[in-house]
Amino acid sequence: MTTTSVTDRPEAPAGPTGHRLSALLHNRPGLRLGGLLAGPVAWLGVVYVGSLVVLLISAFWTIDTYTGALIRSFTLTNFETLFTQSVYWHIIGRTVAIALAVTVFDFLLAMPMAFYMAKVASPRSRRWLVVAILTPLWSNYLVKAYAWLVMFSNGGLIDWVTKPLGLGNPGLSTTATVITLAYLWLPYMVLPLFAGLERLPDSMLEASGDLGARPWYTFRHAVLPIVTPAILAGCITTFSLSLGDYIAVSIVGGTTQMIGNVILSNVGSANNLPFAAALAIVPAVIMLVLLAAVRRTGALDAM
Amino acid sequence: MKTRWLRLAAVSAVALTLAACGGGSGTTPSGKPAAVPSIAMKQSIGKGEGQLNLVAWAGYVEYGQDDPKVDWVHPFTKQTGCHVNVKVAGTSDEMVTLMRTGQYDGVSASGDASLRLIYGGIVAPVNTKLVPNYADVAPYLKDAAWNSVDGRMYGIPHGYGANVLMWRSDKLPTAPKSWSVVFEKNSPASGHITAYDSPIYIADAALYLKAHNPSLGITNPYELTQKQFNASVNLLKQQNTMVHDYWSNYLNEVHAFKAGDDWAGTSWQVIANTAQSEGAPVKTIVPSEGSTGWSDTWMIASHAQHPNCMYKWMNWIASPQVQAQVAQWFGEAPANPKACAYTEKGFCQTYHVKDYAYYKRVAFWATPIASCGNGQNNCVDYSKWTQAWTDVKG
Repeated sequence: MTTTSVTDRPEAPAGPTGHRLSALLHNRPGLRLGGLLAGPVAWLGVVYVGSLVVLLISAFWTIDTYTGALIRSFTLTNFETLFTQSVYWHIIGRTVAIALAVTVFDFLLAMPMAFYMAKVASPRSRRWLVVAILTPLWSNYLVKAYAWLVMFSNGGLIDWVTKPLGLGNPGLSTTATVITLAYLWLPYMVLPLFAGLERLPDSMLEASGDLGARPWYTFRHAVLPIVTPAILAGCITTFSLSLGDYIAVSIVGGTTQMIGNVILSNVGSANNLPFAAALAIVPAVIMLVLLAAVRRTGALDAM
Repeated sequence: MKTRWLRLAAVSAVALTLAACGGGSGTTPSGKPAAVPSIAMKQSIGKGEGQLNLVAWAGYVEYGQDDPKVDWVHPFTKQTGCHVNVKVAGTSDEMVTLMRTGQYDGVSASGDASLRLIYGGIVAPVNTKLVPNYADVAPYLKDAAWNSVDGRMYGIPHGYGANVLMWRSDKLPTAPKSWSVVFEKNSPASGHITAYDSPIYIADAALYLKAHNPSLGITNPYELTQKQFNASVNLLKQQNTMVHDYWSNYLNEVHAFKAGDDWAGTSWQVIANTAQSEGAPVKTIVPSEGSTGWSDTWMIASHAQHPNCMYKWMNWIASPQVQAQVAQWFGEAPANPKACAYTEKGFCQTYHVKDYAYYKRVAFWATPIASCGNGQNNCVDYSKWTQAWTDVKG
C-alpha cells in the first residue's frame, strides 16, 4: 500500500526515500520505537553498564609485578588482599564515616534553609535565595577546594576567627575534609529539599495547626512523610559524591586517605589496574546496598 | 523491578564466567624474566624519518606551548626534518604503560621506570658512539644502576636533582644537619613535617636507617630484604604521627611552607627557589645521611618506528645549548656540564653541577625489583612497596 502511493505520485516534491522511510515508520510502530530508543539503550547498555562489567571482570585479573603487564586469568588475589589487610578496612570505614558525616551535616544545614526558602520567604526573595544557593556551582570545584586550603592554613581565615575565641584550627585533617565536602555538596542537598517542600501545600500546615498539633508534631507527621523522597534524594546524592571524592581530601585532608586516593595511587603510581578495579567495586557495592535499603522503604516509588 | 535486578545479576554472572573461561587461553606468562631480553642496538644512523613520537615529563619537550620563548623543538625540526609529537605523562607508571603500546619512539624515563622498561623488552640499548654529545655527559651518570644493565647503556642522561631537606629557618632555630628532624620522635618540627607522597619515599627511610641502624646491613635503599623493608616501613609509620601532610603536587608544598603549616620535609631545589622568591624563609641541605634523588634518561623504544629521528633527538637534547635551556626551564642539573657556559650566572652553583662530592651522596631513584645486587632473589619488589605505602598512610 505504501509503495503504490509513492508510485502513484512520482511528481511529489519530497524525496522518495524520505517519503518511503516516514511511511515505513508510520506503519511499523515497533521499528519506530526501536529507532527512537536505539541510541539511549546503546548508551546505557554498552557505555554505562558495559564499563561496569569490564570493571568487574578486570578486578579478577592481576598484573605481572615485574613488567607491569596484565595477566588475564581468573584469580581472587585482589579481593584476598582487600579483605585480609586491615588497612583497607580502616580506609573503607573512614570513607563511609566521612560520607555519613557530610550527609548529616548537610541535612542539618539544608533543612532550615530549604524550609525558609519554600515556606517563609516572599516569592521575590525566594528567587534571590535560589540564585545564592546556585552561585557557588558556577566556580570550579578545584578553586573552592584550594580556597578552603588557604582558609585552613596557618594564619588563614579560620585561625583569625577561632584564635580570639580560644578555639583551635582543625588544620589539614579529616575534620577539614568533612567541612570542605559539606560545603561543596550543600547545593545538592538544598535544591531537592526546596523542591520537595515547595510541593507541600501550605494548607496542610495550617490544618495541622488548627487541629492543635505542635510544630514538632506537624513536622513529624505532616511534613516529613511528604518530603521524605526529597530528603532521600538529597542524602543519596551527597553521600555518593562524598564516597567517591579524592581531590578535596588530597588538598585539605593532610594525611587522610579515602578509598578514592587508594584507587588513584593504584591506577597512577602502582599501575595496578586490577587491584584498583577491585577497590572501586567497594563503593559501588555500598551504594547498591544503600539503594536497595531505600527501595524497601518505598521512597523511590514516590520520587 | 525485582526481575530487573535478577536479570542484571544473571548478565554479570555470565560475563564473569566468560571472563574466567576466556582467561585461560591468552595469558601472558607470569614470573620474572631470567635475563634482560636481548635486543640489538643500532649500528648506524640514516636519514631522519620525518616524524618522532615521544613520551616525556612536563617541561622536557617544549615547542612554545607554555611560553613562546621556550622552544627547543622547532630548531630541532628545522635541522633534522623530524616533526616531534609529544605525549606528556604524569607518573613513571603512566610512562611504562604508554611505552607498552608500541606507538612511541622514545621516553624520558626516571630511574623508577627504567628497569621495568629494560626488563620488559620495551626499550633497546643505545649505541652511545652514535651520540657525539654523550662524551660530555657527567661521568657519574654513565653506566649507572638506573640507566644501564650489565655495562650497557639504555639511554642518554637528561638531567638530575637531589631530594633535599627543606626547613623554615624562623621556626627551627638550629639548622638541621640530619634527616632525624623528619623521622625521630622528639623532632622540634613534630606536627609540621611533610613527606613525598609516593611509594618510592620508603627509600628515604631506608637511607636514614642505612646510616643510623648499621645492624640492618642496608647497602642500597632500593634493594631491601624483607627485614630491612619492614624496618623502613615501621620508621615511616612512626613518622606518620608527626606528619602534617604528604605532597605530590609541588605547588601544594610551596603553599604549605609559605603559610608555615610545614616546617621541615623532603623537597626539590626548584620548590625551595619558588618558596624563597615568594618570601618564605626556607633553606635546603643534603643532610649527613645523604639523600635520594632522581636522574632522567632518554630511552629508545625497541620497536621504534622512527629510530633515526630518535637518535638525532637524543644527541640534540644532550647538546650544551639545549641542556642549558631544559635545565633552567625545569629547574634541575643538566646532565651535560658544558651547559653551564650557556646558563644564567650562578645557576650551576645552585644546582651543584660538576660537584661530584655532592652527588656522590645522592642515591638516585631506581626500580625496586626482586633480584638484588648481591645475586640473590630476596628483595622486596615495587608492587609490595606500593601496598606498604598505603599501609603507612593508614
